[in-house]
Amino acid sequence: MIRVENINKSFGDKHVLNNLSAHFSAGKINLIIGKSGSGKTMAIKCMLGLHPIDSGSIIFNDRDFINISDRQRKEIRKEIGMVFQGSALFDSMNIQENVMFPLKMTKSMSVSDMKKRVDFCLNRVDLKNVHTLFPSELSGGMQKRVAIARAIVLNPKYLFCDEPNSGLDPVTSKVIDDLLKEITYEYGITTVINTHDMNSVIEIGDSIVFIQDGKKEWEGDKKSITTANNKYLNEFIAPSKSLRRFSG
Amino acid sequence: MGFLATTGKYVLFLKRVFSRFEKRTVYLPKIIEEINILGISSIGFVAFVSVFVGAVVTLQVAYNMENPLLPTYLIGLASRDSIILEFSPTMISLILAGKIGSHIASSIGTMRVTEQIDALEVMGINSASYLVFPKICAAVFINPFLIILSIALGIVGGWLAGNLTGICPTEEFLIGLQYEFAPFTMFYAIIKTIIFAFIITTVCAFFGYHTKGGALEVGQASTKGVVYTSILIIIFNYLITNLLLS
Ligand SMILES: Nc1ncnc2c1ncn2[C@@H]1O[C@H](COP(=O)(O)OP(=O)(O)O)[C@@H](O)[C@H]1O
Ligand SMILES: [Mg+2]
Repeated sequence: MIRVENINKSFGDKHVLNNLSAHFSAGKINLIIGKSGSGKTMAIKCMLGLHPIDSGSIIFNDRDFINISDRQRKEIRKEIGMVFQGSALFDSMNIQENVMFPLKMTKSMSVSDMKKRVDFCLNRVDLKNVHTLFPSELSGGMQKRVAIARAIVLNPKYLFCDEPNSGLDPVTSKVIDDLLKEITYEYGITTVINTHDMNSVIEIGDSIVFIQDGKKEWEGDKKSITTANNKYLNEFIAPSKSLRRFSG
Repeated sequence: MGFLATTGKYVLFLKRVFSRFEKRTVYLPKIIEEINILGISSIGFVAFVSVFVGAVVTLQVAYNMENPLLPTYLIGLASRDSIILEFSPTMISLILAGKIGSHIASSIGTMRVTEQIDALEVMGINSASYLVFPKICAAVFINPFLIILSIALGIVGGWLAGNLTGICPTEEFLIGLQYEFAPFTMFYAIIKTIIFAFIITTVCAFFGYHTKGGALEVGQASTKGVVYTSILIIIFNYLITNLLLS
C-alpha cells in the first residue's frame, strides 16, 4: 500500500503537482489517468524520489519515504519495480544482462541461480530465445515485456508503469495489460499505472485517480467512471468510443 | 546558468560520483571495459597523429635553426622537449577531449533522455558513481600510457623526418635526444595528462548527466562538454606549467 498526501511540486512558478493525495492498495491495479501533460509522469517520479517534492508526504506501507537517509531510501527502492515509458532498457547490455542487472547489483547469488531467475521472468512475460539479443533488435512490445521482466526480477512489492501501452498497437496493448493484471494479482503487488488509454482503464482499472493540471479531480473505479460527474473527466472520456459502447 | 551556479553544480556532481559506491565487484569489469572503450580504441588514432606531428615539429625546429653556428643535434633536443612538454600531453589531450569526451557526454546524455539513468536510480543505484567513476579511473590510468606512446612515436616521427630529408642525421638526432635530458619533464607531462584526463571525463560526464530534452540536446551537451573541457585544459595547462616549471 502506498499513501501520498498533499504533495506539491513546482518548477519555477509552474505548479506541476497541486496538493495531490491518493491511496494505492496492494494486490490491485491503481491507475492514474489524465490528459497528456497533466502531471502523471511527474506524480510517479516524485513517488519514486526521482524528483524531490516541495511539500507533502509519501508513505510505503507505513514507512516514510521523504525524510530518510540515502541508505534507507535504497532499501525501500529494492522493493520497487518500474517500467518506464520508453522501456529504458540499457542499450549496452543484451536482454539477459538487462534482466539480470538488478540481481547482480543487489543480491549475492550464484550466476546459475541468477540465470534461472532471469529465465523464469522472461518466461513469465512470454519471451523465449531473446537472451543474447540487444534491446535495439526487439520490437516495442517485446522491449516493454523485457522491461516488465526486469521490473519483477527482484519480486517487488510495488510496481510502477508509465504509460505501458504508449506506442503499441491495440492487440499488443491488451497483451501487456493482461500481463500486468496477472502479475499484480498473482504476487499481490501494489501496482500503479499511468495511462491515458481508455481501453486500459476499462480493462484493468481497479481503482482510478483522475488528475488534471496536477490536481486530483476525481477518484473511483472502472464502473463508477461512466457515471462520474466531473466536467474535466467527462471531457477526457468523451472521445472514447469503446467506453460509449461499454456503458451503453 | 551562471558560471558560479554551474561550478557549484559540478562540485556537487563530483561529490555524488565519489560517494555511496556500489559493490566493489561491480566496478572492476566496468573499469576494464572503459579502458577498452576510452583508451585502447584510441591507440591507432593517437599513434597516427603523433608520428606526423612529431615529424612536423622536427622540420619546423630545423627551419628555425638554419644558422650554421648552431650544432645540428639541437634539432633533436628541441624536438624532444617540445614533444614531451607540450605536444603530447596537451595537444593529444585536447584531441582526446574531442574523441572520448564527446563519446562520454553523448552516451551519458542518451542514457539520461531515455530514462536509463532514472532506471538505475529506481534500482537504488547511485547512477553518478556507477556511470562516471569507472570512466575516471580508466582515463586516469590509461591516458598516461597513451601519452608515453605518443611521445615515443612523436620522436620516431621527428627522427624519420630529419633522416629522410637529410636535415638531421641519426647520430646527431640521438645525441640531441640524450643531451641534458631532465627526467622531470616526463613527470611534468604525466601529471598534466592525469589532470587533463580527470577534466575530460568529469566535465563531459557532467554535461551529459544533466542533459534535458531529447536527441538534439544530447548533441548540444556533447558540444558543450568538449568546449568547456578544452577551455579548462588550456587554463590548467598554464597553471600547472606556472607551478611546476617556473
Ligand atoms: N523537468 C521539468 N522541468 C519543468 N517542467 C517539467 C519538467 N518535467 C515535466 N514538466 C512539466 O510538468 C507537466 C507534467 O508533465 P508530465 O508529468 O510529464 O505529464 P504527463 O506524464 O501527464 O503527460 C508538464 O506541463 C511538463 O511540461
Ligand atoms: Mg507522461
